[in-house]
Amino acid sequence: MLSPDQVKQPTSLYEKRKAVFPKAVDGRFRRFKWLVMAFTLGVYYITPWLRWNRGPYAPNQAVLVDLAHRRFYMFGIEIWPHEFYFVAGLLIMAGIGLFLITSAVGRAWCGYACPQTVWTDLFQHVDRLIDGDRNAQLRLEAAPWGPHKLFKRGLKWSIYLFISFWTGGAWIMYFADAPSLTRDFWSGNAAGVAYATVGVLTATTFLLGGFMREQVCIYMCPWPRIQTAMLDEKSLIVTYKDWRGEPRGSVKKAEKNPGGVGDCVDCNQCVNVCPTGYDIRNGPDIRCITCALCIDACDSVMAQVGRPRGLIDYATLEDCKSEREGGEARPISKALFHTRTLIYTGVWAAIGAALLFALGARTRIDIAVQKDRNPPYTLQSSGEVRNDYTVKLRNMETRPRPMEVTIDGLPGGRMWTDDMPREQAARSIKVLVEPDRVDPLRVYVVAPSGTAEQHFKFVLRASDAEGGGDVNDVRFDAPGEGEE
Amino acid sequence: MANKRIDEPTGVETVGHEWDGIEELNNPLPRWWVITTYLTIIFAIGYMVVYPAIPMLHSGTQGVWKWSSRGQLEAELKAAKDAKAETLAAIGATPIEQIAANKDLMEKAVAGGKAAFRQNCVQCHGSGAAGSIGYPNLKDEDWLWGGNIKEIHQTLTYGIRQPGVAETRTSLMPSFGKDGILNPGQVNDVANYVLSLSGKAPASASAQAGAAIFAANCVACHGPDAKGLRQFGAPNLTDAVWLYGDKKEQVVGSITNAHAGVMPAWGGRLDPVTIKMLALYVHSLGGGEDFAEAPSTPAAADNGNAKP
Repeated sequence: MLSPDQVKQPTSLYEKRKAVFPKAVDGRFRRFKWLVMAFTLGVYYITPWLRWNRGPYAPNQAVLVDLAHRRFYMFGIEIWPHEFYFVAGLLIMAGIGLFLITSAVGRAWCGYACPQTVWTDLFQHVDRLIDGDRNAQLRLEAAPWGPHKLFKRGLKWSIYLFISFWTGGAWIMYFADAPSLTRDFWSGNAAGVAYATVGVLTATTFLLGGFMREQVCIYMCPWPRIQTAMLDEKSLIVTYKDWRGEPRGSVKKAEKNPGGVGDCVDCNQCVNVCPTGYDIRNGPDIRCITCALCIDACDSVMAQVGRPRGLIDYATLEDCKSEREGGEARPISKALFHTRTLIYTGVWAAIGAALLFALGARTRIDIAVQKDRNPPYTLQSSGEVRNDYTVKLRNMETRPRPMEVTIDGLPGGRMWTDDMPREQAARSIKVLVEPDRVDPLRVYVVAPSGTAEQHFKFVLRASDAEGGGDVNDVRFDAPGEGEE
Repeated sequence: MANKRIDEPTGVETVGHEWDGIEELNNPLPRWWVITTYLTIIFAIGYMVVYPAIPMLHSGTQGVWKWSSRGQLEAELKAAKDAKAETLAAIGATPIEQIAANKDLMEKAVAGGKAAFRQNCVQCHGSGAAGSIGYPNLKDEDWLWGGNIKEIHQTLTYGIRQPGVAETRTSLMPSFGKDGILNPGQVNDVANYVLSLSGKAPASASAQAGAAIFAANCVACHGPDAKGLRQFGAPNLTDAVWLYGDKKEQVVGSITNAHAGVMPAWGGRLDPVTIKMLALYVHSLGGGEDFAEAPSTPAAADNGNAKP
């Protein structure tokens, strides 16, 4: 069973990275990968530059994580810190989404959408652009250092650095107004953390995308380990159909010995195109990120030798078993629907629906009252009893809103604020609350002499066309019986 | 060594240990991983050189950067102080009656006053500034010596009944009972009269008798209508606020043995900016009075102090 070259005797405790020089390949999965790459990189680089008009009181950047002001803007949605559960919900959805994808199509995240994969892919295209395809790269790698190699390496690494820099540069644009941050960045006026972030991300992109590559997936990333636990016999994985391919033999050998040789012509194309340098014919392994490029490579070879495609293909372990026993290959679409994927989809969609409902039902106006408890009350010289409150009016709209705060209950009670004379104390006061703000208001409430301690309500109403309001129940303290 | 063998599916040698059938493959470690380990060791050496690290007999090594948590605290305190310097200078430079016009400065001044109040004033006036018997409540709108911002500032700076301070607020009520000016019956009558002014005692014959005694002895300071006179710090006797209590025996006690409360002259103890901030804080507690600007600078009259 074991061929001699498969038996590795560890000669050293440590092993130098075996550089991978994946060959360019074309095919349906490669084209899909191009699409995903264009989409993900496009989203990453372009999103911060999209504008979104929110009026004069809010930033006009479509997607903005405004840490300084504790606001998160995403197109028409604005999230405040107290609504962080939306973000938590989105993260949970992202997590369950990964479970769903994994249980349905295996490590599709790793193979197509993971930033490590996308950037590694990008850098490998840079390799091909500068050094040529696999064979040229291998030759250059083996060549001694000379002007030519120095030039090529210098050029390639400069391009790596350039891409890495823009990767870091794009990241910070999500946290501030992109055009003005760009201006500040180049004029040296941006915050130190902006330069530090760009520096760190440039370094990590350069290192992880340019040099570490598959080492990240195999040794650093926890996700492949977690995924191993989430895959089951119903999950689609990239599989070499060994019952069809073995024993391997060239086309000539097959002609000489009809029926004695499998479909695999042992051309090694599947290994040559693999971005992690794995031989999928050895079976599922953590090194297989299921990018499916080996499927493309094998399909084109099968087409050349006139054999049906799919010697290496997406298949579930269950399907493999039935195919091995002579069953028909099941279409991939059928493999997508089984109990686990349906449950994950249900949970994912339920959380999404709950978030959407919460988003639609959330109020944009709020009153929160805190009573001064030391002292509980103050006796005015007129004999009236005064209680002091800090009233917080929250206006989440991006425009100033006229609001009215009214006392509900507390017979004879009147109030005034720091912004008005005491003589104008009234049952209700009008306030213009600034846009996108929580305005704290000191409110002094007096009630006639002899008022007993009781509860009453502060009622908040928006006096504009949109309306809406909120109520807060508070306590009113007063001198009690026998207390002086 | 134990049971080393070649694992057939992977072709890798095992390390020779086995736990319930689980064996470990002896795959080599990636070289960059080892290099990373060496880098962390180099980092650790550098860290030990620049930061305190090695325990010695009495203290540890200090490190070439001379960092210490105490030093960091000092630096942070200094930074905080420096950060406040500009605000404090602005408060110092602005006339006290004009600070309220600058909302931001006012907020900071009141916050600073609150902090200073906690340190210097709560012992008598209470942490909520509500006072107690003998110590005025600073939240209400009843002021013995005046409640606008300048008067509060004056009271704070020079104190009350401070010997040796020329501008101190001072006055002295006679101990009418103790000194024999009034006999106990007369004291009782006056007490009944004073309490009747705010409806706390009936308009009895005793109270009517007290009215005459009041007119003869008390109006000089408390005024003919008993509403007090701020120039003497004489309290209004017709309202609901009673510094020394509104019970009959408390009023009798006040007439018999007059009280003369004191407050330190903070001018000699605190810096001028802190006193300013304290005055603004006390004024902001809900009972502060408007400051009527002297006619000489009418333009500044509506600058702030819109406070009730």
